[in-house]
Amino acid sequence: MIKVNLALAGSVLAIGAIMAPMQAMAAEKLVIVTSYPTDTTITVGKAFTKATGIQVEMLRKKTTAGIKYLQATAANNTSDMFWASAPDAFEVLKDDDLLVKYTVKVKGIPEKVGSFPIHDPEGYYKGFAASGYGFMWNKRYLKAKKLPVPKSWADLTKPIYHGHVGMSAPSRSGTTHLTVETLLQGMGWEKGWALMKGIAGNFKTVTARSFGVPDGVNSGQFGIGIVIDFFGLSSKASGFPVDFLYPKITTLVPANIAIVKNAPSPKKAAAFIEYLLSTEGQEILLDPKIRRLPVNPMTYAKAPAGFPNPFKDKSIGAAVKFDLNLSKGRYNVINSLFDVMITYRLDDLRAATKAIQAAEAKAKGNAGAMKLIAQAKALVSKVPINAGKASEKSFNGIFKKKRKKASVKVTGRQAEFEQAWDTEIKANYAKAKELVNKANSMY
Amino acid sequence: MNSVSRSHWGVNALALFIGLFLFVFLIVPVVKVVFVAFQDPNTGALTLINFVDFFNTTLFQESFFNSLYVASMSVLLATIISVPLAYFTTRFNFGGAVLIQTLGIVPLIMPPFVGAVAMLLLFGENGSVNLLVDEWFGFTIPFMQGLNGVILVESIHYFPFILINLSAALLNIDRSMEESAQNLGASGTRLFRRIVFPLAMPGYVAGASLVFLKVFDDLGTPLLLNINNMLAPQAFLRISSIGISDPMGYVISVILVAFSLFSLWVSFLALKDKDYSTVQKGGGGLMKRDLRTWEKIGCYAVIILILVMVLSPHLGLGLLSFGTIWSYSVLPDAFTFAHYDNMFRTAGQYISNTLLYAGLAAFIDIILGTAIAYLVLRTGVVGRKWLDYIAMGAVAVPGVVLGIGYLRTFVEFNVPIVDKPLASWWVIIVIALAIRRLPYALRACMAALQQVNVMLEEAAETLGATKSRTVRRVVVPLMTGGILAGFVISFATASVELSATIMLVNAESDAPLAFGIYEFMQQAAGRGPGAALGIVAVLIVGIATYISHRVIQRTEKRRNAGQIVVTEGAGAGAAK
Repeated sequence: MIKVNLALAGSVLAIGAIMAPMQAMAAEKLVIVTSYPTDTTITVGKAFTKATGIQVEMLRKKTTAGIKYLQATAANNTSDMFWASAPDAFEVLKDDDLLVKYTVKVKGIPEKVGSFPIHDPEGYYKGFAASGYGFMWNKRYLKAKKLPVPKSWADLTKPIYHGHVGMSAPSRSGTTHLTVETLLQGMGWEKGWALMKGIAGNFKTVTARSFGVPDGVNSGQFGIGIVIDFFGLSSKASGFPVDFLYPKITTLVPANIAIVKNAPSPKKAAAFIEYLLSTEGQEILLDPKIRRLPVNPMTYAKAPAGFPNPFKDKSIGAAVKFDLNLSKGRYNVINSLFDVMITYRLDDLRAATKAIQAAEAKAKGNAGAMKLIAQAKALVSKVPINAGKASEKSFNGIFKKKRKKASVKVTGRQAEFEQAWDTEIKANYAKAKELVNKANSMY
Repeated sequence: MNSVSRSHWGVNALALFIGLFLFVFLIVPVVKVVFVAFQDPNTGALTLINFVDFFNTTLFQESFFNSLYVASMSVLLATIISVPLAYFTTRFNFGGAVLIQTLGIVPLIMPPFVGAVAMLLLFGENGSVNLLVDEWFGFTIPFMQGLNGVILVESIHYFPFILINLSAALLNIDRSMEESAQNLGASGTRLFRRIVFPLAMPGYVAGASLVFLKVFDDLGTPLLLNINNMLAPQAFLRISSIGISDPMGYVISVILVAFSLFSLWVSFLALKDKDYSTVQKGGGGLMKRDLRTWEKIGCYAVIILILVMVLSPHLGLGLLSFGTIWSYSVLPDAFTFAHYDNMFRTAGQYISNTLLYAGLAAFIDIILGTAIAYLVLRTGVVGRKWLDYIAMGAVAVPGVVLGIGYLRTFVEFNVPIVDKPLASWWVIIVIALAIRRLPYALRACMAALQQVNVMLEEAAETLGATKSRTVRRVVVPLMTGGILAGFVISFATASVELSATIMLVNAESDAPLAFGIYEFMQQAAGRGPGAALGIVAVLIVGIATYISHRVIQRTEKRRNAGQIVVTEGAGAGAAK
């Protein structure tokens, strides 16, 4: 009987295999590895199928997982395209020789958006939309808590916003990484981190997923969220009482698509790129559920009122000239620093910030106290390493998790450095609090 | 047990097959994970340095203590929730006892992370309750602040494990013990404290240790509540952000597995050297007692309060699925059916995938469960006990660890015919679910077979039936109730599983329900449809559970067993 049952189980499995959705037909479909949410992939995919008759299969993966997937399957590649936001991801694939060049036939796409070239100058990946970073806020929340709408990054460091701001971590989300990198490049290493930590001192939370930020603002768990534009714009379009703003220091970066090397159906892949950049394809980006900035300037004529237009409003994304190579060279170190200093020490950072903010309000005019508070502030914004070290190649190697051959000697482990930083940071935050207490006792 | 020791090549082959299955899909993946933890990240040489790093890192120490704290507090809160429900409904004449017991199982059939979303909207700092409290009294209650939120959500989700086991244990206690105590003058809380609870201890410990394990390993809830400083999220975050070859994620995985095994062992020790058996099982003896009117009112008040609390995630989810916009307000702005419409247009395959995956997984589980139970209790196959131990060991392997292990082990194994790596073929999800839920089904099958007297089989064989005929015509029919209970609990919990599947789902067309809900909840316009899908999930699992519940009840009625059958089977499933 048991054998009979096993045989039955076997046959059920076999039937299941035959019924398996998609598997048998996978070869004929255009296979796209993408990091986009289903709202985007389904809407665009359906429209594309309708226009061209080509069926699409989307493999949804986080950007980093998508890169690893393409690297792992390179020898026996079954994917046609890679479709994601962060240009650095495409740079990694390009360096690994996993993409092929393609020349776009559609006309009318300008050279640059903001200060960034839309298509890869070497011709490997193509921008189809632009993304900028800024903040969104919940109007009901701000009204109930009587908070003004913030206008710049510096506004977010103000004491009134303490405990009202949310953000994701750069290690969790490629777009958040770009935001942090933009701040660092726009303001310089020291000032950039000081600003970042000033804002972080007001954090309510560091979300584990990038969508946790718009989610928290939409539902009113916190009032202000630092997000990529389409999160804010699509939330607004879905009816939530929220709004979005680009602060002055932001960068517009193209979101991209590329054809994978040895793609099973390169012709269909080319058709997809052409469709995305066509008038029709660009208009889909204005769909309320998607809401991304098209790269064809003509499309903005069809956009709803108040929709940001970077080709007209030159203030968006022009202030920072984003250096991709600099970003690429210190990618993992930035992630690790942010997590050690902010994500995992948020309680200590918040407590120190709160103490400083309270003391500052009281200490006006008292020079001695102000001096101590300034020292405390400097301690809080201190970064364990300088910009040069962060970009050092051998140092970055420790944070890149590709195991080297046994013959290659590498000194130091990531966990070791992180623990050393953590000890230093924790002591700094505690010392800052001490200084503030001392300042408080001066009057 | 009077085991039939006639060596039988068929039985040996069966044992070998099951052993091989467990070896390939449980032991190898876990060992692969464990192995990385002992490798030097730079050279690949064997080393303990990663563990030194782990214990030297303040963050990991904190995470460890936070996980421990959350798991212990969740057990405490879950106990507070389940003890009154179990005690009142099994000991007193109480209208709606069956309804209360059934509603008590409902929280289990919703993915905990979905519960977390709803709980945030109701109990969060700016959730419905706190908005009202703030308006009326000018302060807020930190229900969901930091670790509190995880504890609240987890204990509401997992308390049924205690409820199920404790109820079963209470029903099995020899009532004459309580009668004697009452004759000697004990009553009320003293009776409960000194006699009833101690006698029900094995059931309670079984449930409590399961809650502890589940909470200790759970990934989705802390992740959704943005709590990073716990072990399971740390493992997931390290591996998903730094990469699959970062050693610390694996060290954490090893610590998770080791600590889970340790707590199982402690719960085992706690019951050792004590005799809990009573001469007579449940049934006869003491009748259910009546309560005085004011006592009854008190009990109802407690029960209603508890039910409102444990069902609040469903309430919140229901509101979310019908609400238009729900943002910083007590209730949604308006109500609509649009989310259901939207969801049914896009989510059909999530539902059919779930039915297929969870159904197949539960089917595999009861086959394996019945076979292992038979091997252990009725044959003398060498190492049969080990099959039992290994299969039960799956309970100590967190979903994340199994998921990572599968990725590492099967990514290079290409399945012929379909021509893709096993790790990205949908069947791997079924196997992961089957392995994860096997302990539940196995315990149910074990309990069912234990209740079948071996003399019946001997009688059948004496009358000339062959071994396989005896199994087919006598053993399995007599086990039906237990097997079905095993199927139900495996199916119900497999359909809402996320922690292993989130690592293994490769294409939208392969995604099950829980993953679909997670995906929906990752987009601005998706919260409503996601909640609608969540409600559908609860309904599907609820209906499936109810139907099998009725089937079991019908088969059990003939044998006049306990009154709450799913409870009994599931209780047995989790016991030990």
